[in-house]
Amino acid sequence: MTTTSPLNTNPDALVELRDVRFGYGERLILDGITLTVPRGKVTALMGASGGGKTTVLRLIGGQYRAQSGGLTFDGQEVAALNAPNLYAVRRRMGMLFQFGALFTDLSVFDNVAFPLREHTDLSESMIRDIVLMKLEAVGLRGARDLMPSEISGGMARRVALARAMALDPELIMYDEPFAGLDPISLGTAARLIRQLNDTLGLTSIIVSHDLDETFHIADQVIVLANGKIAAQGTPDEVRHSTDPLVKQFVTAAPDGPVQFHYPGPSVAHDFGMGAQA
Amino acid sequence: MKSIANLGFAVRSYLAGLGLGARLFVRLVAEFGSNMRRFGLVRDQVHFLGNYSLAIIAVSGLFVGFVLSLQGYYTLQRYGSSEALGLLVALSLVRELGPVVSALLFAGRAGTSLTAEIGLMKAGEQLSAMDMMAVDPVRRILGPRFWGGIIALPLLSAVFSAVGILGGWMVGVLMIGVDAGSFWSQMQGGVDVWKDVGNGVVKSIVFGVTVTFVALLQGYEAQPTPEGVSRATTKTVVVASLAVLGLDFILTAMMFSI
Repeated sequence: MTTTSPLNTNPDALVELRDVRFGYGERLILDGITLTVPRGKVTALMGASGGGKTTVLRLIGGQYRAQSGGLTFDGQEVAALNAPNLYAVRRRMGMLFQFGALFTDLSVFDNVAFPLREHTDLSESMIRDIVLMKLEAVGLRGARDLMPSEISGGMARRVALARAMALDPELIMYDEPFAGLDPISLGTAARLIRQLNDTLGLTSIIVSHDLDETFHIADQVIVLANGKIAAQGTPDEVRHSTDPLVKQFVTAAPDGPVQFHYPGPSVAHDFGMGAQA
Repeated sequence: MKSIANLGFAVRSYLAGLGLGARLFVRLVAEFGSNMRRFGLVRDQVHFLGNYSLAIIAVSGLFVGFVLSLQGYYTLQRYGSSEALGLLVALSLVRELGPVVSALLFAGRAGTSLTAEIGLMKAGEQLSAMDMMAVDPVRRILGPRFWGGIIALPLLSAVFSAVGILGGWMVGVLMIGVDAGSFWSQMQGGVDVWKDVGNGVVKSIVFGVTVTFVALLQGYEAQPTPEGVSRATTKTVVVASLAVLGLDFILTAMMFSI
């Protein structure tokens, strides 16, 4: 089958994007992105809001299709896969959504058991053991009987992580895993991502704005800006980048290449001061 | 020039919406086999949707039966044929009011809840998460609800008609004093299982398909925002109700010509 034949040239890369362009209508979000996600490493995608970081995750998962360019997962061109093959590839991926996206009508236990019940013929006792092991890994074995409405945002994300790991994927994608977490939950989440990546031999992609925690756990950092890659390298290399845009991002400066004010008419025009254009 | 462009945009949007709806309908029908293989999911939805609407259907059926009996007696006694009251109540309910009123109530009660549920699942990225887990949301979430609704509505229509006939009997026989023997025997002799009850069953199945599909489509295509879900829920009631009334006329005309 041509769609599943190995295409990538780099055997160390689990995911490769080659000159990928993507936009919504007339608005171009990704303008010729080329990047590699190495196996067994934690890759962080960073950049300003609306910069296309989550879009990259959706493209890797095959939920969006690039307008041009190539994207391979383990050598398979994702856009060329038909529905059954795409689902077969997705079974090798896990994705943690920004707010967990837990099924609100199912308990914590049933949420984690969901992919196992859908994709395997395992007995209920086997499923129980696997679910409890996954919940133990994220520290929530004791919360198995709670409903999503009864747990905090940080706990919901940990349950979602256990669910994403249920089928032992090779790649886990985290969409803003630290957003809105208190310092304790944030540190726990960061440690958990690194620990799971190393102990289970996973490959991880993190989309995040949190500089300290992300730089602490990532092996590779990619900064996206204006649809292009502004910087790429180890956390130290990115931290010491001389690119003004990356510097603004790393130092969290309000103004710079990325302006604080959204483009619009001048203040003088809006408040009727001086000569109007 | 701009108005022509706007008209073109509106027509294209409408056709695109129609195409999306048609594709979803074909996919739901195509999932019949896989949904029936996991009948437990469909059964849960029949239970859920049926329970949701049972109380309102039963109470409405009772009151419709009361009114039908009063109005029917008023007309029939002018011609000295009040003993045909049972037949009038039964035919009105079984052929027309049972399927139509049940469908309208089902759209308002179960249809809106289906739309809101699917819309909120979409807004909360639950459908997206399911899709990323390699579980098709159309097969796993929409399919069982579609077939569940199609099974539930004819059952609810039957309850509506049965309770309505009981209401008609209470008012006609117990309150007004129409002869009980005439009431039941005229009904038994005049209602044909295939022509009358069959008509009602066919109608309620068609309405079940219509209302459930409209509710699911509105939820699935809703904007994933609070306003989007609220607009979709309102649209479910309006579109499903109008579709039921329009289809009722078409079906009745077809059934009279058979």
